[in-house]
Amino acid sequence: MKIHEYQAKALLKEVGVPVPKGYPAFTVDEAGEAAVKIGGNQFVVKAQIHAGGRGKGGGIRLAKHPDEVRELATHMLGKELITHQTGPEGKRVNRLLIEESVNIASEFYAGIVLDRSAEQYVFMVSSEGGIEIEQVAAETPEKIIKVWIHPGIGLTPYQARNLSYSLDLEGDQAKNATKTFLKLWKAFYKYDCSLAEINPLVLSEEGEVIALDAKLNFDDNALFRHQNVMELRDLSEELPSEIEASNYNLNYIKLDGNVGCMVNGAGLAMATMDIIKLSGGEPANFLDVGGVASSETVTKGFKIILSDSGVKSILINIFGGIVRCDRVAQGVIDALSSIEVSIPVVVRLEGTNAREAAELLENSSLDFIVASSFKEGAEKAVKAAKGELANES
Amino acid sequence: MSILGNENTKLLVQGITGQEGSFHTERIIAYGTNVVGGVTPGKGGRDHLGVPVFNTVAKAVQETGANTTIIFVPPLFAPDAIMEAADAGIDLVVCITEGIPAANMVKVKDFLSATTTTLIGPNCPGVISPGKAKIGIMPGFIHRPGGIGVLSRSGTLTYEAVYQLTELEIGQSTCIGIGGDPIVGSTFVDLLARFAEDDETEGIVLIGEIGGTTEEEAAEWIISHNFEKPVVAFIAGQTAPPGRRMGHAGAIISGGKGTAKEKITALRKVGITVVESPASIGTAMKSDLEKSRKL
Repeated sequence: MKIHEYQAKALLKEVGVPVPKGYPAFTVDEAGEAAVKIGGNQFVVKAQIHAGGRGKGGGIRLAKHPDEVRELATHMLGKELITHQTGPEGKRVNRLLIEESVNIASEFYAGIVLDRSAEQYVFMVSSEGGIEIEQVAAETPEKIIKVWIHPGIGLTPYQARNLSYSLDLEGDQAKNATKTFLKLWKAFYKYDCSLAEINPLVLSEEGEVIALDAKLNFDDNALFRHQNVMELRDLSEELPSEIEASNYNLNYIKLDGNVGCMVNGAGLAMATMDIIKLSGGEPANFLDVGGVASSETVTKGFKIILSDSGVKSILINIFGGIVRCDRVAQGVIDALSSIEVSIPVVVRLEGTNAREAAELLENSSLDFIVASSFKEGAEKAVKAAKGELANES
Repeated sequence: MSILGNENTKLLVQGITGQEGSFHTERIIAYGTNVVGGVTPGKGGRDHLGVPVFNTVAKAVQETGANTTIIFVPPLFAPDAIMEAADAGIDLVVCITEGIPAANMVKVKDFLSATTTTLIGPNCPGVISPGKAKIGIMPGFIHRPGGIGVLSRSGTLTYEAVYQLTELEIGQSTCIGIGGDPIVGSTFVDLLARFAEDDETEGIVLIGEIGGTTEEEAAEWIISHNFEKPVVAFIAGQTAPPGRRMGHAGAIISGGKGTAKEKITALRKVGITVVESPASIGTAMKSDLEKSRKL
């Protein structure tokens, strides 16, 4: 799960990571009031969306007066912000973060991720702050300093010091950076993060170490023990169909194609998307209805797929193992009898009782296109989406 | 031979009295696996599905001589269940549970590093050595004893691949779902090393997916260890968008890394046959086997 910058900064502030003074604003009035509360004559107005690259996209602006903050807020709120991470349609800005401006002496990067190969969390710092870490990793990997965190012990003070001194910090600045690194790990561990990034972490002209930006992602598997984090979920950042699917406990991800697919199991669902593409079509979604694929989940799956008006055909690909294919077939028939589906539905069922399932589908009064293999299923669904299968159905 | 699970397997089921544990235990017993007992804290002393239930794994091992366990306990308790099994001296632990937080698995792996226990999973379908032992939730009947080792990060996609092999009358030595989480007990490399030493295994089907670098590490291992058995691979998620978790916690392209393309390139570079279509896994294995037998 992702949260906004202002939410991440609030969590970090709680554990003692220094962040600039600032307030979130949902309206122009709130933006103006925030600036007045902050005081001074240098403000930063930051669009809060779940995507990076905001600076270049015009989502981070400077202002000298609360009135100017209001003016910027008027232009930014409710508008789509396009960055290299949002796609061409952009993301609507519903929230802003109004902050005091910081006089930057130097910029760094600090981040924590799971190193899957080492099977430990890794803390990374770099003198190349403000640049995407992936770019630094590709171009100047020697500028990324890493320490691996012992699972039972956590980040130790000496490791944090090593990180600070590797950034050529000295005296109190090094001490402050060390403290900040230890606190960042504390927050990461406390909230079961999957990623923490402070980019840039800055040294101010006054000698303070401050998290100018903050990004925290969370391990979905651990959210159950962090009610306060779950409450930070911003539904306006997600597609309505994906929210509905998550309410049904279905794994659904909308894509841009026109062949909808419903599959049991995540790996087979990905493979089904791949074979649709290989057959000359474009998958409209990823949808894993789970190993069991009951009538109930199939019905919900249909509703979610059909909420995407771009879908021109649906491929149901089920490998029946413990679940019997004839049961799944009955589920598909029940689902299609209860909701109106006006586009072609291709069904491929393999595994336990596949033959009985095929008979059930053939004998029903509903219009199915039955496929006898994985490949045939994909090809028929692609043809159907192009309107080339009218005669066969 | 098989690399995990055989005629000498003495299986315990942790979480045997739960709904899922009961459901699958019946099928595991029906397959012919030697289930010697179950563990559910607080329910020790009774019989369930014809086998004795114990409060602790240690007691169960002492009484039954169990050497293997399969875990069906909820994610909150599964890490402890894995460590309990390892501490009791179990050789092979198969954890089916989905949804264990990564932070807990990192600790479990650290704990296991001081033991000789092999962990498969979590978030996996388990292990089957056809005709010998089923330690998992896969449909037994699609398998056939033979010489192909199957390694996969998936569940139903593995069944699909096994089904293709069986349809072509190509049997399997051991099929292992390693799990769909970012941290798993055994990686492709760990298991390839075992298949390398298994004379019965003639070839490998490897089913990877987006996220992480376990496929790249497998490719590197195959070339550096002169692994000579034919390997046919498929990587799921060629059409997956970046930054999205595709069902499995570990199936995510993050920071532009972990794409199917990178993995396919790495595998092909070391001479592995990578099929683009998941429907061609069986036929590709057949043709590579025929080629290798002629040599």
